[in-house]
Amino acid sequence: MSEPFLQIIDVSKRFDNVVALDKVNLKIAKSEIFSLLGSSGCGKSTLLRIIAGFEKPDEGRILLEGKDITKLPPYVRPLNIMFQNYALFPHLNVTNNIQFGLKEEKISKEEINHRVNEILNLLELNGLEKRKINEISGGQQQRVALARCLVKKPKLLLLDEPLAALDKQLRVQTQFELVNLQYKLGITFIIVTHDQEEAMSLSDRMAIMKNGEILQVGNPVEIYEKPKDKYIANFIGTANIFNVLNKNNQIIIKELNYEVKNINNKENYVKCLIRPEKISVKKLENQSDNLNIGVVKEVAYLGSYTKYLIEVNGFEFYSFMQNSLVSDNLQIRWDDKVQISFNETSIYFFND
Amino acid sequence: MIKNLKKQNVWFVFTPYLWLVLFFFVPLALIFKISISVSEWGMPPYRDLFSFSENGLKINSTLGNYLFIFSDPFYIRSYLNSLSLAFTSTVLCLLIGYPIAFYVAKSKPSIRNILLIMLIIPFWSSFLLRVYAWKVLLQGSGIINSILIHIGLISEPISMLHNHYAVILGVVYTYLPFMILPLYGYLVKFDLNLIDASNDLGAKPLNTFVKVILPLSLPGIVAGSMLVFIPVVGEYIIPEMLGGSDKLYFGKIIWDEFFVNRDWPIASALAMSGIVILVFPIIIFQLMYAKYNFKNE
Repeated sequence: MSEPFLQIIDVSKRFDNVVALDKVNLKIAKSEIFSLLGSSGCGKSTLLRIIAGFEKPDEGRILLEGKDITKLPPYVRPLNIMFQNYALFPHLNVTNNIQFGLKEEKISKEEINHRVNEILNLLELNGLEKRKINEISGGQQQRVALARCLVKKPKLLLLDEPLAALDKQLRVQTQFELVNLQYKLGITFIIVTHDQEEAMSLSDRMAIMKNGEILQVGNPVEIYEKPKDKYIANFIGTANIFNVLNKNNQIIIKELNYEVKNINNKENYVKCLIRPEKISVKKLENQSDNLNIGVVKEVAYLGSYTKYLIEVNGFEFYSFMQNSLVSDNLQIRWDDKVQISFNETSIYFFND
Repeated sequence: MIKNLKKQNVWFVFTPYLWLVLFFFVPLALIFKISISVSEWGMPPYRDLFSFSENGLKINSTLGNYLFIFSDPFYIRSYLNSLSLAFTSTVLCLLIGYPIAFYVAKSKPSIRNILLIMLIIPFWSSFLLRVYAWKVLLQGSGIINSILIHIGLISEPISMLHNHYAVILGVVYTYLPFMILPLYGYLVKFDLNLIDASNDLGAKPLNTFVKVILPLSLPGIVAGSMLVFIPVVGEYIIPEMLGGSDKLYFGKIIWDEFFVNRDWPIASALAMSGIVILVFPIIIFQLMYAKYNFKNE
């Protein structure tokens, strides 16, 4: 990354002695979709509001294309925000909502009309121009909110839980539309969300936040496969976390009593993560076979895959099996004994 | 809708109407009756509308009272004075009340209730006492004059009482809560994100106020203005206590006709005219406004 597009430097913010952000540093590249992910109260919304200019940070600076915008009021920042509840103006119709921001710029009427029509076409809002906001559906409102921002041709678009107000089917469809739109326009997106699936599917990179701090920044694969700690591992997807023992240069997964043989780096790791889809289970045919035997405690058939809760020596963990691959597995029931296997390369070691 | 109501519910719905008929329309009809009667000495000081003589039923009605008041600029001027007082104080109440209502609506819920109580507390004392208090404050030997003399700004008391400025002061003070409360009712529901959104889209604070906050609080402004304007047109007590002879107001004129001149028909005709002149524009305005709102919903 040469000159970062947006740079957040040591930004801190307190509200009545409650720390909302604690020395946050972040670099966001041009034209990427970046997600801020965290549970509620982690400071992600505060960070977004600081970037938008609604809140002033107590400390730190925000640089946009190298220019310090920390002290600029929101109405001069070359960026726009889409609110979670859309914040569309209820007294204006669709067209007037969309051209609201353009009328604040010194632009000719023809230019305004041209740009409004362009955006109406892009977001397939034709035919709704004269409708009031409460006369259109939630999905349409979302597109109007998006149009109202994009018509300003911002350098940066902030999206606060962009899909939270939509129902599930619409959400999946809109996810793809958002990504396509971003690809087409090349505008940098910063998305705030608490929904890890949403963050995974939308983002080029994401930051995991907790208690006003950024825990890890990376692309979805890095975050999922190589989480920095237990919190992140559990926050993204389902995590099986085992304790690791290091005895006489032997690396042992304690709960499974399993020795990891093919490991080069014999650092003192304490924990390891094996994602459920990387553990496969097989109904035990003959008892003698292997050490790795578990008992099935729960079975949840979910169509494309099945979730198994397995118990070994009193420790429980998950295995997710694709149903297309192993049709025999459909016969696995509660209390069945199963053989557990996983590839050693899919074990991820980390320090707590 | 009424068709679907059960019998007991009909009474429930009609009780307010019954109240309105008994205590508003009947007295209004009586006033109207007096206003078209002929005044005479006696008790009551007007001739019965119907009288029986050997020639049969005789109707003693006249439009003379109305003709009289509309031909005398004295009455018209007093009515215009009242309208101008009502207009001025409504505008002042709006200018003072809007920021207060906005501030209260946007403060934290815990503080908000305290502020609202502070607004309402004056209502716990009598209206008359509150106006009288202004008389005490403003008079020559009152607190304001004393302080001004004490700090040497003036050498002798200035006369602040018994002019129409004192009346405006008293009216604004008294009616301010009637402006603030409906405004507050609308502003408290206002989504603060709309202000942020407007700012974000490039609107400076003033534009945000004019283009977003003001249009969305318009119903509150209309309600508050009605609550101030209408009663102030007929206001009697405040001009009587704080006003002087520089301007005569409509309420005072009606009072004088009733109790000083004992000309009930003229007083009634004044009251009726005042209502009609005021009510029709307001009804038309309300209908237009309702239509506008309907279109916007």
